[in-house]
Amino acid sequence: MTEIDYDAFRAETRTWLEDNCPASMRTPPATDRSDNVMGGSKFDFKSEDQRVWLERMAERGWTAPEWPEQYGGGGLDPKQAKILRKEMARLNCRAPLIGHGLWMLGPALLEYGSEEQKLQHLPSIINGSVRWCQGYSEPGAGSDLASLRCKAEDKGDHYLVNGQKCWTSDGDKADWMFCLVRTDDSGPKQQGISFVLFPMDTPGVAVRPVPLLTGESHFCDTFLENVVVPKENLVGKEGEGWTIAKALLVHERNMMSSMDDTMPAPPKSLVEYAIEYVGLNENGRLRDQRLRARMVSQMMNKRALDLTQSRAFEEGMAGVLDMRMTSIFKYAGTENIKDNTALLVDVLGHSGFRWDAEEHYEETQRTAAWMNALSFTIAGGSSEVQLNVIAKRSLELPQQ
Amino acid sequence: MDGFTACPENGNQNLAGILAHSAHGRCKGDLIRQLKGIMESYSNIQGILGMPLVLNEEQRMLRDSVRDFVKDNANVDHFRKLRDQGNGQPYDADTWASLVELGISGICIPEAHGGLEFGYLAMGAVFEEFGKQLTASPLLSSAVFGASLIELAGTDTQKSKYLPAIASGELTVAVGIEEGSHHAPLYTMLPLVESDAGFILSGRKAFVMDGQSADILIVLARSSGGLGDTEGLTLLLLEKDPAGLQRDNVRMVDSRDYADLVFIDAEVSADSVLGDVGEAFDPLVLSLDRARACLAAEMLGGAQEMFDRTIAYLQERDQFGQKIGSFQALQHRAADMYTELELTRSTVMDALSALDEQRDDISQAVSTAKCRINDTSLHIANEAIQMHGGIGVTDELDIGLFFKRCHVCVNLLGNSGYHSERFAGLNGF
Ligand SMILES: Cc1cc2nc3c(=O)[nH]c(=O)nc-3n(C[C@H](O)[C@H](O)[C@H](O)COP(=O)(O)OP(=O)(O)OC[C@H]3O[C@@H](n4cnc5c(N)ncnc54)[C@H](O)[C@@H]3O)c2cc1C
Repeated sequence: MTEIDYDAFRAETRTWLEDNCPASMRTPPATDRSDNVMGGSKFDFKSEDQRVWLERMAERGWTAPEWPEQYGGGGLDPKQAKILRKEMARLNCRAPLIGHGLWMLGPALLEYGSEEQKLQHLPSIINGSVRWCQGYSEPGAGSDLASLRCKAEDKGDHYLVNGQKCWTSDGDKADWMFCLVRTDDSGPKQQGISFVLFPMDTPGVAVRPVPLLTGESHFCDTFLENVVVPKENLVGKEGEGWTIAKALLVHERNMMSSMDDTMPAPPKSLVEYAIEYVGLNENGRLRDQRLRARMVSQMMNKRALDLTQSRAFEEGMAGVLDMRMTSIFKYAGTENIKDNTALLVDVLGHSGFRWDAEEHYEETQRTAAWMNALSFTIAGGSSEVQLNVIAKRSLELPQQ
Repeated sequence: MDGFTACPENGNQNLAGILAHSAHGRCKGDLIRQLKGIMESYSNIQGILGMPLVLNEEQRMLRDSVRDFVKDNANVDHFRKLRDQGNGQPYDADTWASLVELGISGICIPEAHGGLEFGYLAMGAVFEEFGKQLTASPLLSSAVFGASLIELAGTDTQKSKYLPAIASGELTVAVGIEEGSHHAPLYTMLPLVESDAGFILSGRKAFVMDGQSADILIVLARSSGGLGDTEGLTLLLLEKDPAGLQRDNVRMVDSRDYADLVFIDAEVSADSVLGDVGEAFDPLVLSLDRARACLAAEMLGGAQEMFDRTIAYLQERDQFGQKIGSFQALQHRAADMYTELELTRSTVMDALSALDEQRDDISQAVSTAKCRINDTSLHIANEAIQMHGGIGVTDELDIGLFFKRCHVCVNLLGNSGYHSERFAGLNGF
């Protein structure tokens, strides 16, 4: 193995980013999700800069820095990828592209996909031309995902899929779905599940957006009626879907554990909001004792969480990481964001519950962020399910 | 592992060999000195990763050897025996001598003053092992807190007189800060009154760690100013107890050594002042933070041990025809403790690392660590007892010893109220 000169890599990266990241892509994104680049055929770029930034990053494979170069990825090692992230953060570069393809399907395909599937799908994920959605949950299968019933019948060269998916995030904006279907219901429920891919414009696929507390519709009910899925679109072997689904969930949970990386930071810090909305007394202390105490715990907790993520990384690099520890991140990360967004609206007081984006945009964004964060401890495996996982996998506690 | 062959009689011995060797006193401090050499050759890697939150190889080796040593020589059973003997001996002198031979008392003392300057992450690793085995020793009060005050406040003469002696274990120091039941260094009011010979002291220092056994005492007094003032704090180093000083034994639930120092018109010489009159604040703050970070590391070890023992019990105890660890109510609480402990561990590592790197956010890092380890270890201590059921409240089970130590440590050098207050102040609210 040739030695990588990390200092040189850092220097080159810095120069390249300075030269290539448009100035408007170094400003904080809007606090709603409107500046997120999700890609796909239905995506409208908000600006030319946004499009150019994605194009330039994708060309280097830096939308997926650690994926192999032969599929269009950046081919970086973890340390280089970390340097890239740090340099991007230093310049306040916005993420050029985010979404289910990069976070979830890509890593799963790299591990389980056939060579043809990798060549077909990874490049279009990396350059943002195809947007993916996740068809896991069903009305009767949430936390207990393995009890899913969406049926795929073997018809020789293809499967015929019938059933209903729910909570499909951005199902109405996606081009393709990765989907869990039941190919066999004779054995234990974890067996007989298969992982298939199909375009959302396949005849028989219908989506209905479901409004959330915020009134926005991030997710949809998805109806599948006699949907034809060619057998080339089966990932892994028939009946191996549960293994793949679980591997993919690990990526999803990792992503969700640092959810606030994908959420634009509020324009002011918690302390700034508190000083403005609550005020300090004559001793320079926040006027509300209880909020002050909550702020201290929250800030310390956030610090602890960030440090723990850095520590896990460093332990990984040093070869001493106990993988069992990583199962805490989805739970700890999402609970932290939920607490943080809730604390912020409490700090804003009455103004924290405004619902008037026209007159009071910034405050209303805080309200929306708080309501959105409620779902983080549910989606991708609820906190209770995470605690089950920690107990079983990390602590090896006996099962009933 | 070439570094180890430097000790001439060792040949190619493994670490345990070296440890045994230096424990016999022939290669004093060599273990750590050799580890340090290897560490320096690694330091370029750390540069890329930023602040270290993980022990490097040498620090891990140090930890492992200390772990082996205390497991055999200064474990919970030894501690229990010390307690039960009831002869007022707060720690085992032979064990302490062996630890000193390993170089442990010199870890935080500068090389120029006879120490090994191996750093706080390394010292934290030692304390964590002490915490797991309830190892009693004057390491914190003497080789961390006392040594730091002398290093930061002392004159050159004082440094060269005392620091090498502390590193070599010839002397132990105890530091008297508190005057009441809560940590409040700025509330020091013990008046320093000038006299012909120097000063006269009348008053009391309370709950002084290792205050009975220490050879020399450092005492915080006030030469000017009032409650809460940062100016006017003065440190005195009392090489011999002056007439008029009485060390009252203070018995606490953790069975360690504490004393109240009662001064009645005690005369101390002018040259007992450590450094300059009225200038103790800055060295005091940094020394307190060093001591707090090391104490936090000890508490981390204690919390980890209580947690591990509790998980083991959940895996082995049967009720209702199944292991109690299969009950979800207990699983979730266990998973919660685990999560909290992992997060807290990072803050402790960060505080130690901030000290090693002399970062400018030491106070914030240390207050975060102490506050979190206070809360985490209390949480775990209470759950540990609860999840053990009836046996948990017996003296026979070791959990109770950890529980008691934990509660005392929470209040030493600042409870969570103190550190939350400080943290808020540092952040401007
Ligand atoms: C914003 C959002 C986006 C989503 N996006 C997608 C998507 O794109 N694709 C997709 O397939 N799905 C998606 N989901 C669905 C998500 O995965 C499910 O909501 C989640 O798995 C929980 O299932 P459920 O909603 O049916 O709740 P349930 O499973 O019915 O849970 C109800 C309650 O019971 C608790 N509970 C359940 N089982 C246990 C247990 N064993 N022990 C203890 N407590 C338990 C849960 O924690 C919860 O509190 C999304 C959800 C949300 C909120």
